Amino acid sequence: MMASSYNAKEEDGHHSGASGPGSSTVKSRKPDNTAFKQQRLPAWQPILTAGTVLPAFFVIGLIFIPIGIGLYVTSNNIKEFEIDYTGIDMSSPCFNCSQSFSWNSSVPCKCSLAFSLDQPFESNVFMYYGLSNFYQNHRRYVKSRDDSQLNGDSFSLTNPSKECEPYRTSENKPIAPCGAIANSLFNDTLELFYIDPNGTRTPIPLIKKGIAWWTDKHVKFRNPGGNNSNLTAIFQGTSKPVNWRKPVYELDTDPENNGFINEDFIVWMRTAALPTFRKLYRIIQKKNNMTPTLPRGNYTLEVTYNYPVRSFEGRKRMILSTISWMGGKNPFLGIAYITVGSVCFFLGVVLLIIHHKYGNRNNSSDIPN
Amino acid sequence: MGSLLSSFGLNCGKEEVNEEERHIRANDRAFNLSRHYANNAIKTSKYNIFTFLPLNLFEQLQRLANAYFIFLLILQLIPQISSLSWFTTVVPLVLVLSITAAKDGTDDYNRHKSDKQVNNREVEVLIDGQLKKEKWMNVQVGDIIKLETDEFVTADLLLLSSSEPLNLVYVETAELDGETNLKVKQALTVTGEIGDSIENLAAFDGEVHCEPPNNHLDKFKGTLTLNGEVHSLDNDKILLRGCTLRNTEWCFGMVIFGGPDTKLMQNSGKTKFKRTSVDHLMNLLVLCIIGMLALLCTVLAIGNTIWETTEGSSFTVFLPSTDSSDPVLSGFLTFWSYVIILNTVVPISLYVSVEMIRLGNSFYINWDRKMYYPRKDTPAQARTTTLNEELGQIKYIFSDKTGTLTQNIMTFNRCSINGKSYGEVFDFSGQRMEITEKTEKVDFSWNPLADPKFAFHDHSLVETVKLGTPEVHAFFRLLALCHTVMPEEKKDGQLAYQAQSPDEGALVLAARNFGFVFRERTPESISVVEMGEHTTYELLAVLDFNNVRKRMSVIVRNPEGKLYLYCKGADTIIYERLHPSCTKLMEVTSEHLSEYAGEGLRTLALAYKEIDEGYFEEWRHRHYVASTAMDNREEQLDAVYEEIEKDLQLLGATAVEDKLQDGVPQTIEQLAKADIKIWVLTGDKQETAENIGYSCNLLREEMAEVFIVASNSPEEVREELRNARKKMNPRSGDEPTFIKSGILGKRSQVMQEEETDGEYAMVINGHSLAFALQKDMEMEFLRTACMCQTVICCRVTPLQKAQVVELVKKHKKVVTLAIGDGANDVSMIKAAHIGVGISGQEGMQAVLSSDFSFAQFRYLQRLLLVHGRWSYLRMCKFLRYFFYKNFTFTFVHFWYGFFCGFSAQTVYDQWFITLYNLVYTALPVLALALFDQDVNDRWSFQYPQLYSPGQLNMYFNKKVFLRILLQSCYCSLILFFIPYACVHDTVRDDGKDIADYQSFALLAQTSLLITVNIQMALDTYYWTAVNHFFLWGSMSVYFAVTFTMYSNGMFLIFTSSFPFIGTARNSLNQPNMWLTMFLSTMLCTLPVVAYRFLFIQLYPTINDKVRHKARQAKAAPPPTPRRFTRRRISTRRSGYAFSHARGYGDLVTSGRFLLRPKRTRPALFPVVDSPVTSTTPQTYRTITEEDESRSPTSE
Repeated sequence: MMASSYNAKEEDGHHSGASGPGSSTVKSRKPDNTAFKQQRLPAWQPILTAGTVLPAFFVIGLIFIPIGIGLYVTSNNIKEFEIDYTGIDMSSPCFNCSQSFSWNSSVPCKCSLAFSLDQPFESNVFMYYGLSNFYQNHRRYVKSRDDSQLNGDSFSLTNPSKECEPYRTSENKPIAPCGAIANSLFNDTLELFYIDPNGTRTPIPLIKKGIAWWTDKHVKFRNPGGNNSNLTAIFQGTSKPVNWRKPVYELDTDPENNGFINEDFIVWMRTAALPTFRKLYRIIQKKNNMTPTLPRGNYTLEVTYNYPVRSFEGRKRMILSTISWMGGKNPFLGIAYITVGSVCFFLGVVLLIIHHKYGNRNNSSDIPN
Repeated sequence: MGSLLSSFGLNCGKEEVNEEERHIRANDRAFNLSRHYANNAIKTSKYNIFTFLPLNLFEQLQRLANAYFIFLLILQLIPQISSLSWFTTVVPLVLVLSITAAKDGTDDYNRHKSDKQVNNREVEVLIDGQLKKEKWMNVQVGDIIKLETDEFVTADLLLLSSSEPLNLVYVETAELDGETNLKVKQALTVTGEIGDSIENLAAFDGEVHCEPPNNHLDKFKGTLTLNGEVHSLDNDKILLRGCTLRNTEWCFGMVIFGGPDTKLMQNSGKTKFKRTSVDHLMNLLVLCIIGMLALLCTVLAIGNTIWETTEGSSFTVFLPSTDSSDPVLSGFLTFWSYVIILNTVVPISLYVSVEMIRLGNSFYINWDRKMYYPRKDTPAQARTTTLNEELGQIKYIFSDKTGTLTQNIMTFNRCSINGKSYGEVFDFSGQRMEITEKTEKVDFSWNPLADPKFAFHDHSLVETVKLGTPEVHAFFRLLALCHTVMPEEKKDGQLAYQAQSPDEGALVLAARNFGFVFRERTPESISVVEMGEHTTYELLAVLDFNNVRKRMSVIVRNPEGKLYLYCKGADTIIYERLHPSCTKLMEVTSEHLSEYAGEGLRTLALAYKEIDEGYFEEWRHRHYVASTAMDNREEQLDAVYEEIEKDLQLLGATAVEDKLQDGVPQTIEQLAKADIKIWVLTGDKQETAENIGYSCNLLREEMAEVFIVASNSPEEVREELRNARKKMNPRSGDEPTFIKSGILGKRSQVMQEEETDGEYAMVINGHSLAFALQKDMEMEFLRTACMCQTVICCRVTPLQKAQVVELVKKHKKVVTLAIGDGANDVSMIKAAHIGVGISGQEGMQAVLSSDFSFAQFRYLQRLLLVHGRWSYLRMCKFLRYFFYKNFTFTFVHFWYGFFCGFSAQTVYDQWFITLYNLVYTALPVLALALFDQDVNDRWSFQYPQLYSPGQLNMYFNKKVFLRILLQSCYCSLILFFIPYACVHDTVRDDGKDIADYQSFALLAQTSLLITVNIQMALDTYYWTAVNHFFLWGSMSVYFAVTFTMYSNGMFLIFTSSFPFIGTARNSLNQPNMWLTMFLSTMLCTLPVVAYRFLFIQLYPTINDKVRHKARQAKAAPPPTPRRFTRRRISTRRSGYAFSHARGYGDLVTSGRFLLRPKRTRPALFPVVDSPVTSTTPQTYRTITEEDESRSPTSE
């Protein structure tokens, strides 16, 4: 009979606590009636229904496709020219240079490649050098640097980090800048000439400032010695990296671009994520609105061939490219967006059909009891 | 009372030397000490101050995970290998170790405290001829100790003498076997003669030879050699530790077994560290993961060797190989480097988080108001905080009966007197009303001796009594006379009864309230106050109850000098012995009896007859002869009894309710719906157990069959089991089928579930169970039993309870739960995967050894269906998500390995690696695992079927794990190659570099974080404010931390630690970065959404359906739970109200007692001659602080 007096209300806490004698003085051990403790926190309980999932797929499809098209068109409008000057082929002008390479040759090997642009490059043109099969992201390579030294720390200048081994010291003098990254600084010189239809070679002005990140140039890399502009004195007692031809304080004549804050050096020091990469080398500024920066026609690329890549089957490229709001030429993103958008849309349709055919299976009533 | 057994912990087998025979000499410490028996100290703690640190550390390091992280740490200290900073491992490891150590420390401290408390209890010990107070732990084997009333028995004692006549002592064994009634022990006469003479006791030099310590509670074999004479000792002369002395002023005993050797401790079983099945699976998976890790690392190491051979050797111009110029050596080192990097597949924070989640979910149990019992002010308690999710996977419940299903309170509920049934209440229209607490009770104030707690609702019975109907008076007179209850007058003049069984107490109490107050008994008389008049009956004979007779009778001479035989017993038995004249009454009463039985009440039929004086004298002689017969005494006595118990006049029937706890039938119904099998393991006899089975819905009329296994030989039992099995499933083969599940050499035979074509149940009695549990038959038993929906095992000893549980645990791949309230359930509670203690009925021992405790059986459904289900769901979700996020995180490194010369270069910033698990993703998943619920508690109750995914292990198993692995593989591919393809060869919108390592790392890690957070959002069913806060908070924290760490300030202060200066600023302002992230996250999550949606559409689970329904019914509250309707059952099952044990009924009744000359008999009960004196308070025994709740009749 007691069974019938079982009452959920009593358990719900409508009882006035313990009913034993003296319970008024003793604190009841009854748990607090808070939403948190009783697990009754108000909550939003979304579930995957046709009403939310299907529109989501359609909407995503409808968003992705236009974005994709936009990206693809933008990417296609970017003009890009790429030339490999490694000199693998016998026919290549740089073949000789690539064959007879030595770090110590005093006479730099030069070669020139002719190429022509079919279309004029409007607006600013960016000149990149590209390396392939170059493992700038190898762990031992990546960590082989001393950020303190590069940041102008005078202690680190003479005491480079151990990470720089084996490019830490040479001839018992600390190397500045130390490490494998600095040591392998890209040192080809690229020059561009426009060949007039009448045959005259016009050098194209290449701007070498403004190619590094602002933060790198102004925060991460600093010359030691503060405002002292006599870099030669500051770097006294240090040794140049073994592969370098000249010390770090002779990288450029402009004091704003010399030493550790040399932009070519900074760009190199920002190691690439993948073994094939390109790095900004020079900028070709647009002259005026009337003439294209690089008109269509023939060009010559003059290379001072210093950088050996043949031993590891590397490739060297020179790339000329314009840019857009989305950066350089990269059709992948646009295509990916169009594909994903279409698949989404298609999936939406498939799901819609499935929903219509089988969708009421989870509708209530048929829960067995 | 409880703390005594808190120490159940260890089996402290200090001296495991095979003791063959115990030889003790009383009062001879030197001799006894030379035998090196354990003294009475118990020790359950594990550590002391000095051993704590090394032992605990050692134990912790034995845990695979911890050892693994130590190993990683060592690896990281090798510079050639170290690919991550050392602190990424040390900080979490130290955190984990210290948290665990702190927890273990406090646990052990508590054990120390309880040990100390028990060991420091004091007892009077006879030392050098004097009684001295001595601590329990200093008591030695062979010591003679004095116990006083209400004291705990210190150790296993040989009873020497006592204050009571016949050297009797009364003990309560509730802590030992769960039975609340008093038991009698009797000392040998030779030792009893010593009395309390200290000199004699000190001179006592008996030698005891006895069996070595064992765990049989009801057996003892030994001899006492005293003055050259050998006396045999049996269980009757032994007081066991764990009992409490009652109603006995003092007694002396000699310690036979101390401390760890006591039967109590021997019976306690070993404490095993319980682990959940998820734990086991997790350990297995961790092993698999480590294997996988090794595989990945091997692949990468081989890659590295190849790379070093082909590319690296030629790349030396720019990257000179250091000392490891040998590609093979380089590959070897790379292997370990990758072990470090990829170790995040098994992050140490997994273990910490799992513990925290369990702790949190345990708190919910403690906090649940719906599991709080206001009457006793007891909230539910999760005593073990590591087993929560297992609560959601229970398949078998093993339940005690007394005190768990029932309240162990018997109430006189109905009666049928002379063909009229009383006890029901009708309203004005004649409709039967349900009796609730509000129903008006009968006012017994006219009877000054009535017990105010007695409740009866039918007013007509009182009226009838007051009218003086002779049959009704005879009915209650019988109840007041025919029993073996002992009265007891409390200090405050309250009358209390000490009944051997609560049933009898209830009947005598009913008679008392209806005006037939049983006041006193002497061996030869019974004093009763009949409707206010003192009457003394001369007690001529008591024809005691036993299991065969199933009845008891008394023969009394009333004040008028007439002889009457009053008999009560099982209806079938009584009916056979009735006078033909009452056939009509029999029919009517039969109907009533069926009705009562149908309601699950325990019934008795009552009859009487008048006896001719001359016949009685003659019978008495024959009785004397029979009772002194040397052989076949029992049979002879039975024959004599049989002779006089015939031609009885039927008086009526009583119905006693073995009160179920509130809500038990509903709970059992719910649990059955959740596909949980319930086995009742009870010490009760078969009939009682069966009856309770019916009344609490375990056994149902609509069941196809209830098998009863009650045989006396192994062959018969086997046959019965086999027949039952064949009946349930005729196709069932002779040999059980096993699922081989051998993991790492741990081969266990797991029995397959077998189908049945209907619901069946089985009842098995104690004898049969003993056979069934033998090695050669246990499989047969298990097979048959597991096919039944319900199994009831009767007359089960505590150890058998554990055996049954172990059997199921061993051969079935299921999660078991044992629930009980008494000390007899402790072994079972410890053996099961989960032990639940019912607090507040019979002491605290069960609670102390349990994992969860609460006050009422009905809370079990909330514990399982709500808390268990949620805990399981949460834990599984947590694990799934956790593995997902870490796999995805880690696999990206693997793909990157192919593009960085297998050099163990990380994809992400080191700081991101350090903080990913600890900060960026820790809280949202914690919120998920603490707050998530698929549907709320009401729906959980509405659809108990929601519970079954847990039983089938559906939310987290190897298959699910594999799926997660594949999903992670896919996501990591997306997360690596989409950024790769997007960034490759592209530049910023100002022409500058963006394909650099740092920007790429930022891109990859941000995409990853967004992806895992979207996945989290998809997994979250229950979005509380906290979830929102943690999820959005984590994202914000990520960006805040990232921008901070990549800021100028951080770089200038810690130049070498934060080389990523400016990366965030320079790349996150690029639209194509964001477009890439958007693309990769969408690609990771859309398939998941589509897949889930598709499955909901095509194969909706019960869970999906209920969630759907809950959503539709959001406005309307879920329907109220259906009322349980008690089915009226036509079949007559007579449960008759007798306890199974022969208690001190023996003493009142035995021939020895009756025939003993009067003068040699000291007053067992006060001899009261005049009715007048009987009203004055009795003073012969002062009982200090009799715990009222202990007496079953006084409730």
